[in-house]
Amino acid sequence: MAVTDLMPSLPLRRTSRPSLGGGRLWVWGSGVVAALVLAPVLALIWQALQGSDGLWAHLWAYVLRPALGQTAVLLLGVGLIVIVLGTALAWLVAAHDFPGRKVLDWALLLPLAVPSYIIAFVYLELLHSLGPVQELLRALLGYDRPRDFRLPDIRSMPGAILLLGLVLYPYVYLPVRAMFAMQAAGLLEAGRMLGCTRTRLFARLALPLARPAIAVGASLALMEALNDIGASEFLGVRTLTVSIYTTWVTRSDLPGAAQIALVMLIVVAALVALERFARRKQRFAGGAQRMRPLVPERLTGLRGWAALALGALPVVLGFGAPLLWLLSEAAGRIGEAGISPQLWAEMRATLGLAAAATAAVLAGGMIVAFAARLWPGGTTATFGRLASLGYAMPGTVVALGVLVPVAGLDRMIDQSTQMLFGFGTGLVLIGSGAALVYAYVVRFLAMSVGGIDSGFAQIPRALDHAARSLGDGPGASLRHVHLPLLRPALVAAALLVFVDTMKELPATLLLRPLGVETLATHLYSEAARGTYEDGAIAALAIVAAGILPVIALARIGRRTGADRLAQRA
Amino acid sequence: MTLSVRATLMATVLCLPAAVSAAELNLYTSREPKLVEPLLEAFTAETGIAVNTVFLKDGLAERVAAEGGSSPADVLMAVDVGNMADFVEKGLTQPITSEAVLAAVPETLRDPQNQWVALSMRARVVYAAKELDLDAITYEDLADPKWAGKICIRSGQHPYNTGLFAAYLAHHGAEATEAWLSGIKANLARTPGGGDRDGAKDILGGICDIAVANSYYVGLMRTNEKDPEQKAWGAAIKVLLPTFEDGGTHVNISGAALAKHAPNKAEAVKLLEFLTSDAAQKIYAEANFEYPVNTEAELSPVVASFGPLEIDPLPLTEVVANRKAASALVEQVGFDN
Repeated sequence: MAVTDLMPSLPLRRTSRPSLGGGRLWVWGSGVVAALVLAPVLALIWQALQGSDGLWAHLWAYVLRPALGQTAVLLLGVGLIVIVLGTALAWLVAAHDFPGRKVLDWALLLPLAVPSYIIAFVYLELLHSLGPVQELLRALLGYDRPRDFRLPDIRSMPGAILLLGLVLYPYVYLPVRAMFAMQAAGLLEAGRMLGCTRTRLFARLALPLARPAIAVGASLALMEALNDIGASEFLGVRTLTVSIYTTWVTRSDLPGAAQIALVMLIVVAALVALERFARRKQRFAGGAQRMRPLVPERLTGLRGWAALALGALPVVLGFGAPLLWLLSEAAGRIGEAGISPQLWAEMRATLGLAAAATAAVLAGGMIVAFAARLWPGGTTATFGRLASLGYAMPGTVVALGVLVPVAGLDRMIDQSTQMLFGFGTGLVLIGSGAALVYAYVVRFLAMSVGGIDSGFAQIPRALDHAARSLGDGPGASLRHVHLPLLRPALVAAALLVFVDTMKELPATLLLRPLGVETLATHLYSEAARGTYEDGAIAALAIVAAGILPVIALARIGRRTGADRLAQRA
Repeated sequence: MTLSVRATLMATVLCLPAAVSAAELNLYTSREPKLVEPLLEAFTAETGIAVNTVFLKDGLAERVAAEGGSSPADVLMAVDVGNMADFVEKGLTQPITSEAVLAAVPETLRDPQNQWVALSMRARVVYAAKELDLDAITYEDLADPKWAGKICIRSGQHPYNTGLFAAYLAHHGAEATEAWLSGIKANLARTPGGGDRDGAKDILGGICDIAVANSYYVGLMRTNEKDPEQKAWGAAIKVLLPTFEDGGTHVNISGAALAKHAPNKAEAVKLLEFLTSDAAQKIYAEANFEYPVNTEAELSPVVASFGPLEIDPLPLTEVVANRKAASALVEQVGFDN
């Protein structure tokens, strides 16, 4: 921020081609990254064109249409919950002061550490008619047997909406809170001085100001919901993702699955369009002027405690309760048998894969975003959009798209080494985990492209020109000027990618190398049996490892990271 | 001369991947790890051959197909006859010629060209609440409106169910099967989902009265020391062996195939011979509570308590032939929606 404050706002000529020497290389690089992301999609299209042995008419009438309907209901429901919950909580924390506010400020991000398949699994147990909640209810009401009294089953659409909403609202909360706290502070203060009541302040100023941030957060949350497979499967909701899975797995109809996947991409395109629409005319919140944080209103006495209770509820439901249950289950197992060496190995594999994926994702994102910075315009913007395509594709689909070209490449390498040196390499790319990391990159590149892009947007172009006039080429200006300024954005993007890679299940399941298990696949293989013997420990480990990055994210978020995220708006 | 031969030999040895030095084989399986591990441990103890295992719930065939000629897979192991047939259709297998294997497994439980063999059988049975006054049931009965709101079942698209539905289709034809599936759907107590054990759990939980599930889970639940809650689920139910009105009880199989490009074929054949031997079949029966394919092996007491199993005479090839049509019918009646 300090550097930008020093810059006089010069009326710079809008040069669309700053023509930094060597800049073309970055554009080429960006094209390569985009092509790498596009390759699995093309492989999918090619597969879809192979012709499905299930008739298209059947697929449309009995699979696609119901799945589209269920997906629409799920997305509407989850969208409503994350927007209302995320925005309300952001307003509560940003504009009010009450006991425990400082803790709540970051604690509200904690559900981000709980993957949807884990929260579904936990609540299936907690709320089952044999679970602790209903047991307590029966004891209070004086019933002996579940047969005499029980609550409705959670395995339903409303159940799925509620549970997904509980872990996905932070996607909205994070950017909106940053928007309220930093960006909108000046305007809100002005409104306050002009005599606006709190309600009017929220409705007339804060909400419209937050719209772009809400749109970004909600679209991310909805893409997560669209991608989810575990929770929908456990809760009996037949979304598009689940349909792709069953069409592929039970009907062995890969082309049919690819066809559904392509329809899904259309849904995603609609989501993106919706996001763009909701973000239109967003310029009024920007500006590089010194920003003061919003001065919160003190809530005292009962009102303060009520605010705390209200704000803490999502944390308790989306994080506290699942964590407690997992802790008690895991403690039981560990007390009996300890943590197996196998579980430690899985932890290492999980962290190693996540670290490799994060590094690759950041590098790719940097290339794409920097190319767009050097050569603003249609080409690099298109590359950026293509590179961000994978985030909207479910892991299963990405894995399928990656498997075919990579396995082909693996075979080529194997055969050529066999011909040249007399021994085969086996499947190097799949065997080393490179294929899996590639799938992660395809899946999560959008996060780093978006994050770094918005980071760049914060840096005045004048700095680029200054660097250029001082003789820096693109690489040197990146090192000297941009990278230092981008650090918060990079760290924020890295943490998001890291957590999401750790949680990732379907692609990992399909592409992990021979004999490698991650925490997520361990949990899933236990879940597949309907038993959770050591599953609670694996789940706990996933959540625990996920907490640290989330806390770090919260801390950075308080400074600038989330602000940059909000700047994606 | 000798020197150069020796040098070549040395170079060859040095260049060989380390994997070749010890006897080992690579097993790709979609079976639940805990069910397979005791068998593999016994195999390694007996033969000294190490087994590298890849557990893949889904996409096993796709992965092996994509790996093609470079695939390290030696043995492919899966549940459900449809999955076994899928391996053959995709050209991922080679015929099994071992006399020992073919002698141990009856002809009805093998691929016509011996591209796969069954390793164990499981019956698709009905769990009923203990207190329910019910001693026998047919598959056809499940659509009877008297069961409205009382049946639990996992996803209609799960291979265990599509196998049963395919058998029904072979017995009764498409129209009757569609009506039957609609009838069951109308009788469901909850959305189809979860696993087979959830059927027993939900019966104890008062959600349903009867559930359609596989036979071996009963033994796994009733003897579960790691998760004692399951004992209560297993104790809450009794097992009925349903039959088709014009046939017997539907059984499905778990099976194994020799991978087409198996790099360790000799070891792979040894594993198949071991898995169909009396010793391994005993483990299938005792530890996994499955019905052994080797008729010499004895049933576990839990499984024997279900009563005599009268296997439906419908050939497994009929189940394979009808499974896609059955799956399409499941979608058509919106069974899972």
